[in-house]
Amino acid sequence: MLILQCPYCGVKGEETEFAGGGEAHLKRFGPDSSDDDFHAYLFKRENPKGVHLERWRHTNGCGKWFHAARNTVTLEVYGTYSAQTTEPPKDIKDKISAKVPGWSWREFS
Amino acid sequence: MSTRLSNGGRLVNKAHAMEFTFNGKRLKGYEGDTLASALLANDQMLVGRSFKYHRPRGIVASGGEEPNGLVNMGRGETFEPNQRVTTTELFDGLEATSQNHWPSLEFDVGAINAKFSRFLPAGFYYKMFIHPRPLWKHVYEPFIRQSAGLGKAPKDKDGDKYEHLYAFYDVVVIGGGVAGLMAARAAGAAGAKVLLMEQTAAWGGRTPVDGPLYSATVNDGPVDKFVDELVAELGEMSNVDMRLRMMGAGVYDHGYLLGYERVNDHTPKAKGPRHRLWRIRAGQIVTATGAIERPLSFAGNDVPGVMLASAVRDYVVNYGVSVGDRTVVVTNNDDAYLTALALKAAGLDVPAIIDARAAGAGVLAEKAKAAGIRVETGKGIAKVKGGKRVTGVGICAQAGEGSALEEIACDAVAMSGGWSPVVHLWSHCGGKLLWDETQAMFRPDPEKAPTGAAGEAYVSTAGTASGELDLGAVLADAEEAGRAAAKAVGKTPKKAEKPTAEGVQTNVIQPIWMMPQGANVKLRMKSWLDYQNDVKVSDVQLAAREGYESVEHAKRYTTLGMATDQGKLSNINGLAILSDALNQPIPQTGTTTFRPPYTPISMASIAGEARGEIFQPLRKTPMHDWHEANGAYWEPVGHWRRPYTFRQNPGEEISAAVKREINQTRGSLGLLDASTLGKLIVKGPDAGKFLDMLYTNMMSTLKPGRCRYGLMCNENGFLMDDGVVARLDEDTFLCHTTTGGADSIHAHMEEWLQTEWWDWKVYVANVTEQYAQIGVVGPKARKTLEKLTDADLSAEALPFMAWQDIDFGDVKARVFRISFSGELSYEIAVPASQGRAFWDQLLEAGKEFGVMPYGTEGLHVMRAEKGFIMIGDETDGTVIPQDLGMQWAISKKKDDYIGKRAQARSHMADPERWQLVGLQTVDGSVLPDGAYCVAEGDNANGQRNVQGRVTSTYYSPTLDRGIAMGLVRHGADRMDEVIEFAKVDGTTVPTRIVSAVFYDPEGEKQNV
Repeated sequence: MLILQCPYCGVKGEETEFAGGGEAHLKRFGPDSSDDDFHAYLFKRENPKGVHLERWRHTNGCGKWFHAARNTVTLEVYGTYSAQTTEPPKDIKDKISAKVPGWSWREFS
Repeated sequence: MSTRLSNGGRLVNKAHAMEFTFNGKRLKGYEGDTLASALLANDQMLVGRSFKYHRPRGIVASGGEEPNGLVNMGRGETFEPNQRVTTTELFDGLEATSQNHWPSLEFDVGAINAKFSRFLPAGFYYKMFIHPRPLWKHVYEPFIRQSAGLGKAPKDKDGDKYEHLYAFYDVVVIGGGVAGLMAARAAGAAGAKVLLMEQTAAWGGRTPVDGPLYSATVNDGPVDKFVDELVAELGEMSNVDMRLRMMGAGVYDHGYLLGYERVNDHTPKAKGPRHRLWRIRAGQIVTATGAIERPLSFAGNDVPGVMLASAVRDYVVNYGVSVGDRTVVVTNNDDAYLTALALKAAGLDVPAIIDARAAGAGVLAEKAKAAGIRVETGKGIAKVKGGKRVTGVGICAQAGEGSALEEIACDAVAMSGGWSPVVHLWSHCGGKLLWDETQAMFRPDPEKAPTGAAGEAYVSTAGTASGELDLGAVLADAEEAGRAAAKAVGKTPKKAEKPTAEGVQTNVIQPIWMMPQGANVKLRMKSWLDYQNDVKVSDVQLAAREGYESVEHAKRYTTLGMATDQGKLSNINGLAILSDALNQPIPQTGTTTFRPPYTPISMASIAGEARGEIFQPLRKTPMHDWHEANGAYWEPVGHWRRPYTFRQNPGEEISAAVKREINQTRGSLGLLDASTLGKLIVKGPDAGKFLDMLYTNMMSTLKPGRCRYGLMCNENGFLMDDGVVARLDEDTFLCHTTTGGADSIHAHMEEWLQTEWWDWKVYVANVTEQYAQIGVVGPKARKTLEKLTDADLSAEALPFMAWQDIDFGDVKARVFRISFSGELSYEIAVPASQGRAFWDQLLEAGKEFGVMPYGTEGLHVMRAEKGFIMIGDETDGTVIPQDLGMQWAISKKKDDYIGKRAQARSHMADPERWQLVGLQTVDGSVLPDGAYCVAEGDNANGQRNVQGRVTSTYYSPTLDRGIAMGLVRHGADRMDEVIEFAKVDGTTVPTRIVSAVFYDPEGEKQNV
């Protein structure tokens, strides 16, 4: 059971306090998008062995959504950050690079 | 025979005798006995039958690895199957019965399977019963089911108490042997908050048993004295908690650890819980879990009386119980010599030590010879003689094919195939293993420990669990593990304790996976690997021949290690046989996955206190007590309880009550407690824009004071919720959701606001429980309310689909003119605290009209009569609004809403989609719920094709006939067609497709 820190209320909580929300930084495709783009937006997801960027919600706490950068193999949590962003912040990316040189995740590295 | 010796038994208190029964037989034991030692003391070697062949099986081990000794315990509310005799402490009045046999333990019909065992190899069930298919259902399955299963499931509710406990420690040490004690002392001395747990009832582990046999000393004193001193020293440390009878059950992410404490198993009448599940967060976990001895694979190694060598000496030393008068020891390492020495010291006969190694043992061999024991090297056991009890062994050359050189009469065999460190807890959360060629064991790879939140290693091993077998090395390793753990949690370790230990020089183990080396197939078919699931050497070899090369596949094909002991004795031997058959080194084969719990824990401990009323909190509306007192027949709706109907007297039929409520509501006046409906306030300058995205229809154009029914879809286009939206003022909306949707729709709104449109100025609040909501329904609704207020309630002042704030005396209410029944209807929201009082006022005011509260079933029937959909009935997560003919609720003017793009996908626009229609049986009967509409032909599985299904079906009191709604292939174009719905008895019901609005299609009754 993971321990995560909510970047909004600052509480360090047990995994049961949070709810996972799948892959982070999805770009929404709306009415005029192509079938391929829309299909990918709905169904295609990263399933990495290693660095992963995820959405979480502090469901049984402050209720805020946030992002977590973590490693699915070592279970290391590189950091949690705001949900109101389209990419991981530089300090988090640097932290991942220090631990996993040469990492990449979708368009981020 | 096995019996109690007149002396010995360091753990039993002979001053305190205890009585217990086994299969009804009254037997005697002592305080401190396990059920296993007490049974053996009474010459009860045979304890059960194996799973597949029903072979007679005896006790093999002395700890949690025991595969055979599983019994039913207790009776009635304390009955529990599959209790392990080796880990069950004896208590006065204990009742145990053996399991998996019929009619009796001594004589078992299923044992006939063993005679056919050559026809029942691995994968037999898969191969045999797959064809012909019908035979499986009617012949094979019923037969197999009857003979399957270990133990009986309890019938009564568990009468004991269980609890959870949350705990936080810097360092948790698992295992109270000498290594665990050392590690805990080192961590404790550094000032860390430490928990030390031991699964048995005694500290010290194997050391106090084995040490004295080879005269081990620590700091020049006897080793058992050293253990006592460590325990005393730890007891003095205020920062160290010590728990006996507590097992480390599982290690999980980020230092999460489950401890399973058997508080009162041994004192069943004592106060307090039976089991306590510790949910621990540990900074560091030190596993000092020791090792488990491996059996040797020789023919007849499952005959009762063949035991692990370590178990044989445990019974002698700890319990003063001899498992046999004449015990042959067979081994591939030095350790088993200790068993021979222990037996000899207890005055028992050891006819021979059979050592498979050509070179034999070191110092211990000299000791054994000096004690007068015959030692044979380079030899093995060809075969064990005996059925329900060992009568002798045939010995052979280990290098040969099994021709017996000599037969030795004996009534017990003590075997040792070497030791495997208990790496389970290390492995649960990702710790990796190394194959140690010299010691022939998998041991933890300290470079690849499980890692925590900061990428730090949080599990370490100490002593034998690390793969150390020499006493001095064990102590040094454990001291270092304790110090390192303390350091890792920020403590400063004291100067290392370096006790001087004198152990014994041993010769290296020789891996023996098959005995003798060239055993023929007849012998291999009698060489058991997994005792509980009856897996033999020949089965694993067959699996390899048939192409099951992965250890995980071979495991599932043969069922090796899949029994309740999870292969603690069998796994290493099995994968060694597999490696040999595949001609590859053992590390290449690898182990199967170690999963928690380490040994089975009670289901009740997992449930803890969450039973009965406190299993789940119950949500109650403000009128709940009135319902309770007035004949409510409850229906669970999410966490709520809603009245399904109200019975006027306990004898009233449910269907009659529903019919009465509907007739009275349609004829005069009904009341509905609608408080459970979700109520979400959506507020802000962008609220209208936000709701336009959430609902399929346009909400931003709604005028304050007005209501609009809306549909909400998910991004896949599927309908997920519906409800009436009221605009309270320019930037405030009140969104009603379904009862079940209140929390999920609130979460849905938050998700989009926080993660997609975070710059929109909107705020959402869930006020569901702040209001009681009451539906005042029926032709007399207006007249009733007019008695309670001077406000103008006329159709002109408060028309259909409008709302107003109205005071009823001192009750400030919000009145919505909306209708889910088709009648003149007011839904009135009042502060929750005034809900009950207002409900009472309405009952009083409505008396003259025969007011009648109605329940959820009346609500459902009346909405179905009107053709209104119900989320979860007409929708199931695959239905889009277009399927329901609700195009009128989908705005054409909007560029976008959640689900719009998905509804344009090709399959969504398919004209063959099933569409909502009304259904009316030709004979007026009520269609079965969920019935399918049959079509011509069969599908690929030979089943009848279908073209639709029933989504809602009721008896309509208003129309006095069955009415239904359903989804039928392009049903909207098929009005008046008669189609056939299947019943479970195979017949079909002719049914006409009609409009879904059965009652008052013009809406004349509601719009008055």
